[in-house]
Amino acid sequence: MSGTGAPQARPEDPTPGVEVDSTTSRVVLDADQIARACARMAHQILEANRGAEGLVLMGIPTRGVAVAHRLATVMDEVEGVRVPVGALDVTTYRDDLRRQPTRAEGHTHLPVEVDDSTVVLVDDVLYSGRTVRAALDALGDLGRPRAVRLAVLVDRGHRELPIRADHVGSYIPTRTGEHVSVKLAEIDGVNQVSIEQSSDPGRREAR
Amino acid sequence: MTNLLIRGADLVGRGRSDLLIRNGRFVDPAEAGTDVDRLDADGLVALPGLVDLHTHLREPGREDAETVQSGTLAAARGGFTAVLAMANTTPVTDTAEAAVHVAALGARDGYTQVVPVGAVSKGLDGVELAELGLMARSSARVRVFSDDGHCLSDARLMRRALEYVRAFDGVIAQHAQDPQLAGVSACCHEGEISGKLGLPGWPAAAEASVVARDVQIAELTRSRLHICHVSCAETVDVIRWAKQRDINVTAEVAPHHLMLTTNEVLGYDPIYKVNPPLRPSEHVEVLREALADGTIDAVATDHAPHARHDKDHAFAEAAFGMLGLETALAVVVETMIKSDLLSWTDVAKRMSIMPAHIARLADQGRPLAVGEPANVVLVDPAARQVIDRNDSASLSRNNPWHGRELPDPVVATIWAGRVTFRKGR
Amino acid sequence: MMRHLLSAADLDQPQITEILDLAEEMSLVQGRPVKKLPALRGRTVVNLFFEDSTRTRSSFEIAGKWLSADVINISAKGSSVSKGESLRDTVLTVAAMGVDALVIRHHASGAPWQASRWIDAHVLNAGDGTHEHPTQALLDAFTIRRHLRSSNPDLTSFDGKTVAIIGDITHSRVARSNVLLLTTLGAQVILVAPPTLLPAGVDSWPVLVCTDFDEVLPQADVVMMLRVQRERMSGGYFPTPREYTISYGLTRPRLEMMKPGAAICHPGPMNRGLEISADAADAANSLILEQVAAGVSVRMSVLYELLGGAE
Repeated sequence: MSGTGAPQARPEDPTPGVEVDSTTSRVVLDADQIARACARMAHQILEANRGAEGLVLMGIPTRGVAVAHRLATVMDEVEGVRVPVGALDVTTYRDDLRRQPTRAEGHTHLPVEVDDSTVVLVDDVLYSGRTVRAALDALGDLGRPRAVRLAVLVDRGHRELPIRADHVGSYIPTRTGEHVSVKLAEIDGVNQVSIEQSSDPGRREAR
Repeated sequence: MTNLLIRGADLVGRGRSDLLIRNGRFVDPAEAGTDVDRLDADGLVALPGLVDLHTHLREPGREDAETVQSGTLAAARGGFTAVLAMANTTPVTDTAEAAVHVAALGARDGYTQVVPVGAVSKGLDGVELAELGLMARSSARVRVFSDDGHCLSDARLMRRALEYVRAFDGVIAQHAQDPQLAGVSACCHEGEISGKLGLPGWPAAAEASVVARDVQIAELTRSRLHICHVSCAETVDVIRWAKQRDINVTAEVAPHHLMLTTNEVLGYDPIYKVNPPLRPSEHVEVLREALADGTIDAVATDHAPHARHDKDHAFAEAAFGMLGLETALAVVVETMIKSDLLSWTDVAKRMSIMPAHIARLADQGRPLAVGEPANVVLVDPAARQVIDRNDSASLSRNNPWHGRELPDPVVATIWAGRVTFRKGR
Repeated sequence: MMRHLLSAADLDQPQITEILDLAEEMSLVQGRPVKKLPALRGRTVVNLFFEDSTRTRSSFEIAGKWLSADVINISAKGSSVSKGESLRDTVLTVAAMGVDALVIRHHASGAPWQASRWIDAHVLNAGDGTHEHPTQALLDAFTIRRHLRSSNPDLTSFDGKTVAIIGDITHSRVARSNVLLLTTLGAQVILVAPPTLLPAGVDSWPVLVCTDFDEVLPQADVVMMLRVQRERMSGGYFPTPREYTISYGLTRPRLEMMKPGAAICHPGPMNRGLEISADAADAANSLILEQVAAGVSVRMSVLYELLGGAE
């Protein structure tokens, strides 16, 4: 299970010149672009909320939590506000639970009461929208937020449900056979977003 | 009446010969005319018809599990020409009238000779003697008395019973199970497996201690004692000791105790629940050796049919017992002939001659010779089969051998000159 | 994934760890306003109890309900006593109604194994005779792990730890399951009982055996007391309750002999004054109430493992 420790403000890319197989994978966001996207989103969230009051960032494990920590770090550095960061595991709320072998549940951490908070759900990739749908159900069982917003690092299109993000780091058009791979230094040792040809074109990760 | 010529059978392993049966007896084969039925027995061994000292026919009382007819048909398929029917029916065979009734059922419906075993105590309650003398004097001519299913645990009553039957050459057959050491819930050999599986244990000492006591009483009363279904090495030691002292004790072993071990119980399948229980392999080895050297005198099936609804319970609550009549000889061939522990002559002794002698049956276990009653079974020493529990004359299906590959020895069974079973017909 | 949970021996160390970790997550549900996870929505779980047990049954019932399963309780106590419906018929009848999982408690050892051969549904052993009680062993391990982690947060196995189990081992399904589970987790298990309450063949178990409680007590990191039934006295297992308590009870003097940091467990219900003194039951290092609380989380975890994914 991944930890929820705070990452560094500007994670360095520790391995320059990352090996990428150009025939099956291309990098669409490098470390700098990711950092800028996070910074922009952090500002937008504060702007839309007119400050930090009542805000709580709830990351969807695994990488959504890391992104949430990065947003909080920017908010702290630039605006001097400490916004609580938590994790919301949605495994048991997935609509495809019964189609796969039992999935281990991840960790849910509520730093503050959900009731009357403005919850910003944070995830790395928005795709079909099913994960966010599950997150809304999970959140509903934890309490009644005053409002729920959605912030994602990457929106890759192909929504299957009427879900849209309030704050997007980067719009990246993709084909359904492609797989968007988000790597963050605090988890994967490198910062990049790349698009890979899925080895199983029929496989869709429900995101 | 049959007029049957059996050609070229190996008579109890002593050489090939013809047998001519007329009017229920063997006559000189030279007298065979042209209008005689023929049975080619080339390659087959002829044994005297097998005698089972220990069968449960369940009639009267549990005709859903077995009847005299179905049970004796199963017996005939197994090569038996006589069975002794245990007394734990409903009502119990503890009076002359009950015994005569069972014998009459046998005469009317039986595919073998049916001899009732009389209870030792009234209602099998182990308290008062049943009418042993009247049962002996009846037309059923009961000679074997047993409370089988229950242990005759009162030493004084055992003494009285042994003394009493001396008057008519009866024998008391004991189901040795000390109720204080192995109560009614005991269902698994007490040892590693019972401890792991959490099943109430049935220690070997519960059997051997009763036998040790009873042989002393047999010596005291100078009477005949028979030990049912010996299951453990400790009991064998006691019997050996007793025989060395010329105590008049005989013993039987069931086929399942010659092959199956307590490991079968690991899956909690009630098919393998039997009383006395299956024991570890060390005991199986000792029982085979004891049967080989004659310490154990006979093989007796303890055929115990049970309706499905009596076995389909949790292991500790299921009924005790296994079928045995149709597979007994197959198991003996597999465990004793194939390993050269017994010859065919020995098998004839253990499964026909000695049981007939213990039960005092005049017409059974006789030599295959002119003038003798025609009770004979023809055996194929080499044939094999995969046991199918549904291919059975019994009304019940609690067969522990299902799916196993075993010999298929019985080719034809002839009782009092009548063919009661013929393979393939 | 696991089809059934019949024996503690069905689980290897990674599986046990996964179940306990999941139980930690499930334990958080208890504190939420909406005590529900939708994981088992639309699944039907039947508690088929042939033996009374308010505590275990309600624990399974809550566990199933908090996972959104439909839970039915069937008390089948009477049927086997009167030898009416056979076990097979009872099980098949219930299964024919279309259940996904059968949680079975039976007074006869082996009944869940037999049931699993007759039906397609998942079978969970909630205690069979004197044989096994795997979810009890799991909640004991969960409780012990939390206790050990309070001084060593990174602890993943029980290597180097000694667990003493004291009491009527012969008739205890809790003991058998715990021996299997604790040894899989790497603990050294020591069984303590008078010789009459040690099962046949115990020397072949992966444990140490001792008839002297005082010799074992100072070594134990966990002292697990088992219930002793007074009725055993009539079976000649021990002469008087007084003698049992003095020789094998966790009395107040024995509390002082315990290793610093050692903890007390008891599967319940307790015979206060017989195998465990009131002082011990209420001592600061007693985990008994935690064990009770752990029951729901652990059973939620197991139900999720069995039923939460594809068939």
